[in-house]
Amino acid sequence: MNPAGPRKGFVPKAKALNCPNCGSQIELRALGAAASVICRYCSSTIDASHPQLRVIAQWQAAMTVEPVIPLGSRGKLRGVLWEAIGFQQRGITVDGTNYFWREYVLWNPYHGFRYLSEYNNHWNFVTPLRTLPAATTVNALPGMQLGKERYRHFQTARAYTWFVIGEFPWMVQVGEAVDAADYVAPPKMLSAETTDNEVTWSESEYLTGAEIWQAFGLKTPCPPPAGVFANQPSPYAGRVAAMWRSYGLVCVGLMALMIFFAVTAQRQKALDQKFVVNAGQATGEKSFVTEVFPLDGKDGNVEVSVNADVANRWVFLSMALINEETGQAYDFGQEVSYYSGRDSDGDWSEGSRSEEVLLPGIPGGRYYLRVEPETDASLSGPIPVRIQVVRGVPYYLRYLLGMLLVLIPPVWVSIRSAAFEAKRWGESDYGGGSSGSEDGE
Amino acid sequence: MSSRNAICPNCGAEVRFRWSGAVQTTCEYCKSILVRNDLNLALVGKAADLPVDISPVQIGTEGIFNGKGFQVIGRIVYRYDLGTWNEWHLLFSDDSHGWLSDAQAEYAVSFANPFTNAPPGRRKLKRGMVMEQHEVPLTLTVITEAFYETTEGELPFRYYEKEKCSFADFRTQDGRFATVDYSEEPPLLFLGQFVDFGSLQMKNLKEFEGWPTV
Repeated sequence: MNPAGPRKGFVPKAKALNCPNCGSQIELRALGAAASVICRYCSSTIDASHPQLRVIAQWQAAMTVEPVIPLGSRGKLRGVLWEAIGFQQRGITVDGTNYFWREYVLWNPYHGFRYLSEYNNHWNFVTPLRTLPAATTVNALPGMQLGKERYRHFQTARAYTWFVIGEFPWMVQVGEAVDAADYVAPPKMLSAETTDNEVTWSESEYLTGAEIWQAFGLKTPCPPPAGVFANQPSPYAGRVAAMWRSYGLVCVGLMALMIFFAVTAQRQKALDQKFVVNAGQATGEKSFVTEVFPLDGKDGNVEVSVNADVANRWVFLSMALINEETGQAYDFGQEVSYYSGRDSDGDWSEGSRSEEVLLPGIPGGRYYLRVEPETDASLSGPIPVRIQVVRGVPYYLRYLLGMLLVLIPPVWVSIRSAAFEAKRWGESDYGGGSSGSEDGE
Repeated sequence: MSSRNAICPNCGAEVRFRWSGAVQTTCEYCKSILVRNDLNLALVGKAADLPVDISPVQIGTEGIFNGKGFQVIGRIVYRYDLGTWNEWHLLFSDDSHGWLSDAQAEYAVSFANPFTNAPPGRRKLKRGMVMEQHEVPLTLTVITEAFYETTEGELPFRYYEKEKCSFADFRTQDGRFATVDYSEEPPLLFLGQFVDFGSLQMKNLKEFEGWPTV
């Protein structure tokens, strides 16, 4: 004993005490704050609120669970150092299957009690609530409102305590039952635990295993989480709306570019020439050159349109756009064919009498076309053909293709997001029904 | 001021009053409970030893609530089925006084208020019932049967003769609360709000072995 009496303003560490049931040593970490302590050797619940410990209940533990955060270890969460002082495994039974989760009591002599819960390595930091949430509806379904946040009902089940060791701020016992209801607004969750005497509310915030391992300096390997947890934040939350917004902006930009280039396109009519292809001339000297025409500007596209008055036959034009000064030739060809008739399904037609070829990147200069027509030698009759050359036509297709391409990411993320929400709600009381709507940010 | 100091009629030690309104105090040395009668102090009993005490607050702790400085000058200790809790008596810089309750390190600050509506009778209390006081709807959440354990320091009323106390705790949807103390006739109303430990910016707290001080 200290003859000078206890030092004022100083709280010494509690001495280890002996379990009044089995005599083994019990370390009390929050003596005076904890209401009960559970002997890790004989599972007796001991009243820790009296200086003389007394046994409240004895229970032969039906199971033994080793906490992954050893009791007595400390970790900093939300800027405060916490010590793990209690641990329990609780469970619910759904359709004959037991689902277990684990809870840790955290304690700090100044800040009091907090909790950690863990299920399939999804973690939550739990703070007791001192305000009462108000019942509300979220998308016509039951929910709770706290401040401005609205939480959607997820699950209500009767939870039993299966295994417990360490210190608790209430008289915890194996077999203790509460009605537990969860309401989610990822990454947050509100939980109500109802006993005969009272309803206690708490607010949880989702944490990853990695955050826990780092905070408590755990050396064991951190297992990955399995499945999607009730209040696990979706990796797609907010991204869906953002991506559709970006998509809209990109489309507006593409439209603006398209309109700008359509309005400012040169559209210089360079050549308009008509001639006749005679079928009888299928062989022999039939190629010819057009008059010379200028292509203005430094660089630009050239559209060559071919119109041939064909009926149930084809004509093929091998063409070359040739620069008169440099001799540079751009070879291309275009077939024009048109067939029509009538069968048991009615009238039909195939092909078109007009075709266009777009030649990109033609430097300015003086040009002529060399044209070599070919047609079906077995059919006779002249074919009137008209060739028009236009310098600087606007593009449309590339912008429309662009809009289709940039549609892929938002559609993909929307699908993934819906799948994530379906997994989440599949575990709830509303499982198998609607998947969550993606209006949360 | 001489009226702020007195001599313990039991042990002769100096008893210093921090607050002129104090009605009762405890001698720091011999734990005698002393009640002020005019100019004299009357010995009315002896305070019980404090229970295993893990509250970080102590007499002399200073803090700030709603921008106003306070000093802890006394406390009442209650025992209930989960252990004990403290009602720390606060003296504010403007000479008003209030209470800081500390139950398992959950903190709330409250002030005595008159009833604006008659409180429900002690036997009519039912969890979930709503009472309106000062235009605030309050929902009854817990009824606590507590035993008076002991007192320390300066208190605004005589508290030594109490034994059993009944409290009805009411909460709101915005962090306010009310307590009706049925141990007085007529009952007393305390209105206040829950507070985070950090928001009170308290100084001169107890130290805990092995823990960093806040």
